[in-house]
Amino acid sequence: MNSVESKPNVKFKSVSILSNTEISPNVFLLSFKRDFAFKAGQVLGIAVSSNDDARLYSIASGENDENISLLYNIKPGGKLTPNLAILRPDDTLWITVPFGSYAGSDEPAYWIAAGTGIAPFYSMFRSGLGSDKVLIHGSRTLDAFYFSDELLNDFGPRYVRCCSQQEGEGTYHGRVTQYLESLNNLPEDQKYYLCGSAEMVVECREILLSKGIPFSNVVAEIYF
Amino acid sequence: MSFAETIIPKEHLLGKTLPDLKRIAGKLGLPAFVAAQIAYWLYKTNIQSYDEMTNISKKVRLLLAEHYELGVVEPVKVQQSEDGTKKYLFPVSSHKFIETAFIPDARRNTLCVSSQVGCKMGCLFCATGRQGFQDQLSAGQIINQLRSIPERELITNIVFMGMGEPFDNAEEVMKAQEILTAAYGFELSARKVTVSTIGIVPAMEVFLRESKCNLAVSMHSPFDEERRKLMPIQHVYPIKDVIDTINCADLGKYRRVSIEYIVFGELNDTQKHVKELARLLNKTRCRINLIHFHPVPNVPLPPTNEDRLIEFQRALNEKGIVTTIRASRGLDIDAACGLLSTKALIQRENGDF
Ligand SMILES: Cc1cc2nc3c(=O)[nH]c(=O)nc-3n(C[C@H](O)[C@H](O)[C@H](O)COP(=O)(O)OP(=O)(O)OC[C@H]3O[C@@H](n4cnc5c(N)ncnc54)[C@H](O)[C@@H]3O)c2cc1C
Ligand code: SF4
Repeated sequence: MNSVESKPNVKFKSVSILSNTEISPNVFLLSFKRDFAFKAGQVLGIAVSSNDDARLYSIASGENDENISLLYNIKPGGKLTPNLAILRPDDTLWITVPFGSYAGSDEPAYWIAAGTGIAPFYSMFRSGLGSDKVLIHGSRTLDAFYFSDELLNDFGPRYVRCCSQQEGEGTYHGRVTQYLESLNNLPEDQKYYLCGSAEMVVECREILLSKGIPFSNVVAEIYF
Repeated sequence: MSFAETIIPKEHLLGKTLPDLKRIAGKLGLPAFVAAQIAYWLYKTNIQSYDEMTNISKKVRLLLAEHYELGVVEPVKVQQSEDGTKKYLFPVSSHKFIETAFIPDARRNTLCVSSQVGCKMGCLFCATGRQGFQDQLSAGQIINQLRSIPERELITNIVFMGMGEPFDNAEEVMKAQEILTAAYGFELSARKVTVSTIGIVPAMEVFLRESKCNLAVSMHSPFDEERRKLMPIQHVYPIKDVIDTINCADLGKYRRVSIEYIVFGELNDTQKHVKELARLLNKTRCRINLIHFHPVPNVPLPPTNEDRLIEFQRALNEKGIVTTIRASRGLDIDAACGLLSTKALIQRENGDF
């Protein structure tokens, strides 16, 4: 373990897993009891052994929810996620304190996510920040719109699912980038939150900039 | 040939540390001294094949070749700037390339190496960041950028400021810096090797503890809000934590920390910035390198204003922070470190959206 004890990302505590469920092929929702406060949009460092390096995960549950949830997909050949996916209820997970400043606000905004990048927005939504937001979620397949029942119910037409490889009822057939390209008159004075892989964030940011959105209104979180 | 042999590419020897080579020797049933012999041929000579390892028996050479590739790769292209800067293009796989810049000047010859193909950090001002991420480089692919250029013997300084964020590939970068500085390796002084990061704190802590090389931190703004808009990493590892981490480290007498600061005209070059930089770096033994910003297509950031730049430098020096302006090199071939561009050559892979 690291000798600098004060850094939030290196000091672990153990928690006991409540559930670790495959909610879509190779995608898991892991939960444990919440005994700390956090701000929606923050991340936790996670490891399966206290000797490992932490990997970061956005918290995918609300600030007042009883449990902390994390949404992750298995990276084949990855150091953590294949080992994380085999953990069962009552197994031990090592976590850091929550940290990060990717925070939402009450103001109208666009939330744009790809894949598991929906996690911080789901947390913001569960924490009461969902009103006046347009939520755009990109994924390759129809089974990867996590939390969609709940989101559809609350956001209605302000929840746009972009599916690049399958056609489905109520979804836009195409990549999230194509959907953004198709939008006109995007408000220039609102914030555009982006979350997902570097490729997704960078491509979406370029589209937004080309549509006249000032860079100071693009708020990006990259899952590196 | 077995099925496994037909599909699994052989590991490369280039990029193995001496302890790695000892393990390999052990695995192949060879005496330990063979490891030192291999290290000699890999890092002290420019041999291109096992046959040239003349103090190693033919039997052992065949055994090595059976299990390992040497890992030496020639550049496929070189471009030379009017000012003598050269940009080498190395293939990493059939459709992935990296760039290495050779920057000669009166006092030193610097090699600017890449640590990844593309980059995941997405800094707003950076051409590499806008290409996304393609692959990690192995220590061998990092070392090869020095080993396989004709100027190899002339290089006095190495900077990890090419494509990629070194500490997003920390294990391989740590191996590479060991080989560059070790007695069995290239034997460069650690004071001549600089790893440049945007501040991935956990890996930076390991580097500060386990390496003796210099550190450069890309700051570009001392203000939280402003830096977040330029560099998404600020959400995760704020610059204040990065500086605290440096302040906690034992830097010894000679190790250098520099703060890299791209100056955008009338954006991050105000008196407010001078004051905040002085406050933030109050306890840090470091120097600031100011870097010109040359417009990148479709990047909505203003170019450096020359007069303001000089005034900014003066004001920082007055605050007691040694501040220099880095000369722009290789502009005509797009070779500014961290702004290398191979856009035409890089194909984006299908992501998760
Ligand atoms: C702020 C932040 C928040 C995040 N939040 C989430 C989240 O909510 N959900 C989520 O799923 N993820 C999230 N991530 C990503 C997460 O931290 C991990 O990076 C991811 O889960 C992969 O971890 P891993 O250890 O399984 O894979 P790693 O071991 O990190 O490997 C990742 C991939 O790279 C490949 N790879 C590894 N090393 C090399 C190499 N040397 N050369 C070539 N390829 C290599 C692996 O094969 C694998 O495919 C977040 C990241 C950040 C920075
Ligand atoms: S400036 Fe460095 S860290 Fe940022 S995107 Fe470019 S290469 Fe990556």
